[in-house]
Amino acid sequence: MSSPTSTPGRRKRNRDDIPATPKSTAKAGSDGQVSPPSQRRRGQDSSNGDLPAMPTSPATDIASPAVHDTSLFSSPRRSVLPSEVDMSSPLMYGTPSSRVEGTPRSGVGGTPARQRPDLGSIRKAPQVDLHSEPPSADGAVASEQALGQKLVIWGTDVNVGTCKEKFQRFLQRFIDPTSNEDENAGLDLNEPLYMQKLEEISVVGEPVLNVNCSHVQSFDADLYRQLISYPQEVIPTFDMAVNELFFERFPDSILEHQIQVRPYNALKTRNMRSLNPEDIDQMITISGMVIRTSQLIPEMQEAFFQCQVCAFSTRVEVDRGRIAEPAVCRNCNTTHSLALIHNRSAFSDKQMIKVQESPDDMPAGQTPHTTIVYAHNDLVDKVQPGDRINITGIYRAVPMRENPRQSNVKSVYKTHIDVIHFRKTDEKRLHGLDEDSDQKLFTEERVQILKELASKPDVYDRLSSALAPSIYEHEDIKKGILLQLFGGTRKDFSQTGRGNFRAEVNILLCGDPGTSKSQLLQYVFNLVPRGQYTSGKGSSAVGLTAYVMKDPETKQLVLQTGALVLSDNGICCIDEFDKMSDSTRSVLHEVMEQQTLSIAKAGIICQLNARTSVLAAANPVESQWNPKKTTIENIQLPHTLLSRFDLIFLMLDPQDEAYDRRLAHHLVALYYQSEEQIEEEFLDMAVLKDYIAYARTYINPRLNEEASQALIEAYVDMRKIGSGRGMVSAYPRQLESLIRLAEAHAKVRFSDKVETIDVEEAKRLQREALKQSATDPRTGFVDISILTTGMSATARKRKEEVAQALKKMIQSKGKTPAMKYQQLFDDLRGQSEAAITKDMFEEALRALADEDYLTVTGKTVRLL
Amino acid sequence: MPSSHDWINKPLGVVEAMFGKKTNAWKSTPFLCTYFCMFSFQVPSLNDVPLHYLKPNSLVKFRCLVQDMFDPEFYMGVYETVDPSTKANVLRCGKYKDVTECGVDLNSRNTVTAERQTFYCVPIPGESPWAKEISFLSAARVVPSTSYVPSRQKRSYEEDDDDMDTQPQKQREPHTEPHGNGDSKRQETEAPSSQTTTPSDCSSHLDLNFPLPGERGPACLVKVYEGLDSFKLNDTLEIYGILSVNPVLTVIVYPHRDPSLLLLNPTESMETPEEQRAHDPPASLVPRLHMLYARPLQHNNPLLPSAPTEDQSAFVSSFLVEMASVRAELLAYLTHVLLGDGLAAEYLLLHLISDVYTRRDVLPLGKFTLNLSGCPLNSYTERLYQIVQQLVPCSYRLSMSLHTMNSMRLVPKKDYVANRLVSGALQLARNTSLFLDETQLEQGQLDSSGVRNITALGNLISWQKVDYDFSYHQMEFPCNINVLVTSEGRSLLPSDCQVPLQPQVTPPNMEEYLTTIHMAQFTSQINKFRVYLSLARTLDYSISDEVTKAVEDDFVDMRKDDPQSVTAEDLHRMLVVARLLSLSLGQTTLSRDGWMRAKHIDMLRRSRTEQQKSLNGNEP
Repeated sequence: MSSPTSTPGRRKRNRDDIPATPKSTAKAGSDGQVSPPSQRRRGQDSSNGDLPAMPTSPATDIASPAVHDTSLFSSPRRSVLPSEVDMSSPLMYGTPSSRVEGTPRSGVGGTPARQRPDLGSIRKAPQVDLHSEPPSADGAVASEQALGQKLVIWGTDVNVGTCKEKFQRFLQRFIDPTSNEDENAGLDLNEPLYMQKLEEISVVGEPVLNVNCSHVQSFDADLYRQLISYPQEVIPTFDMAVNELFFERFPDSILEHQIQVRPYNALKTRNMRSLNPEDIDQMITISGMVIRTSQLIPEMQEAFFQCQVCAFSTRVEVDRGRIAEPAVCRNCNTTHSLALIHNRSAFSDKQMIKVQESPDDMPAGQTPHTTIVYAHNDLVDKVQPGDRINITGIYRAVPMRENPRQSNVKSVYKTHIDVIHFRKTDEKRLHGLDEDSDQKLFTEERVQILKELASKPDVYDRLSSALAPSIYEHEDIKKGILLQLFGGTRKDFSQTGRGNFRAEVNILLCGDPGTSKSQLLQYVFNLVPRGQYTSGKGSSAVGLTAYVMKDPETKQLVLQTGALVLSDNGICCIDEFDKMSDSTRSVLHEVMEQQTLSIAKAGIICQLNARTSVLAAANPVESQWNPKKTTIENIQLPHTLLSRFDLIFLMLDPQDEAYDRRLAHHLVALYYQSEEQIEEEFLDMAVLKDYIAYARTYINPRLNEEASQALIEAYVDMRKIGSGRGMVSAYPRQLESLIRLAEAHAKVRFSDKVETIDVEEAKRLQREALKQSATDPRTGFVDISILTTGMSATARKRKEEVAQALKKMIQSKGKTPAMKYQQLFDDLRGQSEAAITKDMFEEALRALADEDYLTVTGKTVRLL
Repeated sequence: MPSSHDWINKPLGVVEAMFGKKTNAWKSTPFLCTYFCMFSFQVPSLNDVPLHYLKPNSLVKFRCLVQDMFDPEFYMGVYETVDPSTKANVLRCGKYKDVTECGVDLNSRNTVTAERQTFYCVPIPGESPWAKEISFLSAARVVPSTSYVPSRQKRSYEEDDDDMDTQPQKQREPHTEPHGNGDSKRQETEAPSSQTTTPSDCSSHLDLNFPLPGERGPACLVKVYEGLDSFKLNDTLEIYGILSVNPVLTVIVYPHRDPSLLLLNPTESMETPEEQRAHDPPASLVPRLHMLYARPLQHNNPLLPSAPTEDQSAFVSSFLVEMASVRAELLAYLTHVLLGDGLAAEYLLLHLISDVYTRRDVLPLGKFTLNLSGCPLNSYTERLYQIVQQLVPCSYRLSMSLHTMNSMRLVPKKDYVANRLVSGALQLARNTSLFLDETQLEQGQLDSSGVRNITALGNLISWQKVDYDFSYHQMEFPCNINVLVTSEGRSLLPSDCQVPLQPQVTPPNMEEYLTTIHMAQFTSQINKFRVYLSLARTLDYSISDEVTKAVEDDFVDMRKDDPQSVTAEDLHRMLVVARLLSLSLGQTTLSRDGWMRAKHIDMLRRSRTEQQKSLNGNEP
């Protein structure tokens, strides 16, 4: 227990403080006794149950005075300490780190250590053991290896010396050539990772070393176990180790305070729901969403008292949340003369954060759990409500405060987490691909099942029929949606200036009302982890993109993201696409090709990623699909938008008997088959989900030679069809979407290569979709220009003809500078053999006006 | 084996004794189930007996809905106490208790921390007065006449909920004054008041978070020890547990506490006052219940045996014989109520026994939302609701006036300040009848919350789910609510089936007419209807291959004639109608005949809607 009074004592290198040390450790022993949760944990923890639990006085047990003698004498720390600046805080657990056998260094001395309330300081809660305090570890227990004694911090099996040595070895040697964390960007993966990080610290000057626990685990499983089980003992030891190492390497670097080790990614717990009493006082990592943050709480670490009589001042540490107010002034012996001086007391920052379970982790039908998290010092204000974070910290349980007026206590503990490390999981979504939060952990067996499924020749058909089994037929549509779920391979051409290529497949379903389009959308929305469902009717442009609002709590302007941004890397299902207002639709242009969203609102100008696949459903304008009209005419959507859809399907009532029969059979079966029968027939939704997730994360197919050739041929063929009739029947967009579809199909097969069969299927599907949506109702030919320009080639030709006829007619009338509109229309109708509608007439007039041949003003037409 | 008397009066003693003997046999659920079923009638119910008549630490039962689930908490499962005089250490069991004994040795190594969870439970929302009364009466009959249930208790209860009792009482003696004008007037003035009771007058300052406005009854914090995962939000349960009303539990917020203490103990200051109020309300108002055993309720109809035992199947088979005749009577009754419209009555009957019996991926099967259009204005719908309320155990009438739609909270929302789920009117138990009265809608502008409410209702009807608002995200909770929409024209909400009402009689005084019908029924008759409606829902149902074939053929034929008019949607609906029609007759398989009937009434209904459409052509 390093009280301020003992610190000066240590500066003198003599034995005066030796008696004090056992005393303090003895006190530690008695302190440790009032720590029910930690103690209970040790009682329960079977793995550690046989360890020497709670020696009443470690000082007498282990640390003989002789040990102290040598340790203190061999410690050159004393020579270093005088150079220390005045450490206002008594919590200088870091002090021992400056002690290195044999070689005294000056570097450490100049750097003040910093308290770590996150590890639970003794002064805060009764459950904290003194043994967590390195001074005691140092003074009493930390044996020196030289003595050959196997001494451990009491209550644990941690030997400070070994632990330190192991960790230093880890830092010096750990190499992870396969690391792909973005934190390690710019580091040489074949060099020891953490030594590079230390170098970074010496350059940047931010004295925090984040250590991935899985690295520790792969390096030394035993060390990892100790870290998880006794974080509050082991982490200070790590700190010591790292500081020794650092100042040995970079003796001249100046840091704000000593380096603190922040482990993260402890594999112990992933889910808030699985926290249980066994996790108390252990290091855990959980994920969740911040829902509330408190104001900054200044937590008193040390109280400053001044005598009102003689102005003598004294400092008192806060011990377990209480300040022992000195009753008598030591200087003038006046009783009750000491007053607390607030602004000379020492405080540390603290913040309460409430974290809620993320919706994906929850079983259906239950409400999310919340946990209280305390952030200390520089972790305060690192997170905002709404952030999704991974928290690494120590799980604590504190008994309910005893009320002095009541004899019996509530038998409930309060639990919280002292946070050591935050990691935002959604931060990177704004500027990069978030591989690692998306990565679902699959067990070996699961992967085996999935691979087995993938190896089946009919996996594609199986999966597509597993998709929304309650919706009948529409096999091609389901296949299209299946490919959409898998998506293409992401390609980066930013080097050559084109940026990212879209990998997401967009699909539009149009058709008669009541053909279960909405149901299909609902199904997809429920299937994918990051799906959004909106209706075109109710959503505005801001609802889709983002809007700026004032947060009622923080009174700050915050950007609230809409459906498109939220479904980044997912699927955005938009129902009633046709009912969308034009302004809303216009934002889709950017999203559907560039995959970004630009926002300029209320002084916030930014570009958000919206790599979302769009699955939209639209109803025909006339409520029933008119087969005599083109797709564009039927749904009245701008062709600029339509051309951004890879596949456009019509969901029409086929009206044939065989179909009816199958449909009836399907529906009746839906109503009477039992749950089990259904499951036999179809794949489980969960398997499908996992299959898609696995393929999306692990499979990145590339085109092979034959496939590229096949694609080229396919494209050339498509172009050829049209060129014969003088129209363009394919655009590069079609080629791109063909590639995407082929890639997605390869993903379905879990294949790393896109082969010819993938291209064949992509071609087939695209042809099917085009056949449905881009057939010119007048000629019966597939005409891609219907989708790309909004008008079929024949229609354009006809327009031209009408215009020419009109011109001819006007010219034949001779010199009449002005004509009546209606008159002209009737004349034209009378002259032409084909029926001419008003629309056509107007279009022809417009065409002539464009030629500067005439102008239309109100009801009169003037020649120019 | 402890006697039932011990269990009821000193359950903690029994637990303690078993803890001492280290027997775990009683922990097994089937054992407890049969055990409690045996003497469940002797256990006083929190629903019926006012809290202050119940002995603390005694066994009680509570019929409730899980409204919210709080975070799990750790407690001392086993702890050691030190006797100050003898210094002897005694191990004690902390289970089923809120408070520990004196002199806890916090440092004992034998302390075992265990986990439990708290559920916030409220009485089943919208429970009909008759259901409450019958269960109360049956309970009162068997409650042992021990001192803690004084004979005056029943009186005081009735005084408490006067308006709840009046209606059934009237029913009991309808023949004495069948055309009593004064009586109907009395009912008229009373009934609305029971619906519009503001929460302020029943629970004073503390919001007990009932889903529906005007509810009353005890809310309860239930501590759950086992099988945490098996419970879901909105489950209806009958909980057997140990009542705890220890005043220690009431956290008094001292506003003038020593500020330095407050500063140093952030664990306490952390909880906002709102949160404390929500999580630690006074035990006298919100008692704690330590759950020993919970039985999921399939229905809350007190007239039906609730436990799935032999006497239930006996009951079912005996009732099945009567089924057809009861159905005919009920149909006649409903026909009268619906002003002589037999077809609408038939559909209403089918609607009342509908039930979401399964879900196929996102599609709920078996739902049957009925839209009764062309309802006469004025108070007809209100009357209709009262009659529905008399028949079903749970119901709620949502008057869709512009004001309520804009102001009312339908969707539950998480309040992060108080850390609880603030309930909304759509947080209902399964098979609750939700009566949406669209005739109340007037012209005006829906604001954004009104639009959200309408969307929520639409989602409820089409997908049988409610998206609870968790402010940062929404969470989908499946539900099973029978929605009945009454409207003038076609409803603005989606529905499975629209029936335009065609009144055959136009009584000059609607009020009087309906009251007369209402009064003319004997209680025994009404009770039969009630049993019938609850029972028909629980029957199993299947379609034979042969009938499947017939249905398929039929569908193909229908499509051949007119492919435009018969769609998959129609087949969906007809299959549901056929199912309900068979069940309503007590038939558990679809017969060819049943299918034809279903087709027939659907055709009648369709011709009626066509007719309606041609009458006022502007309707979409």
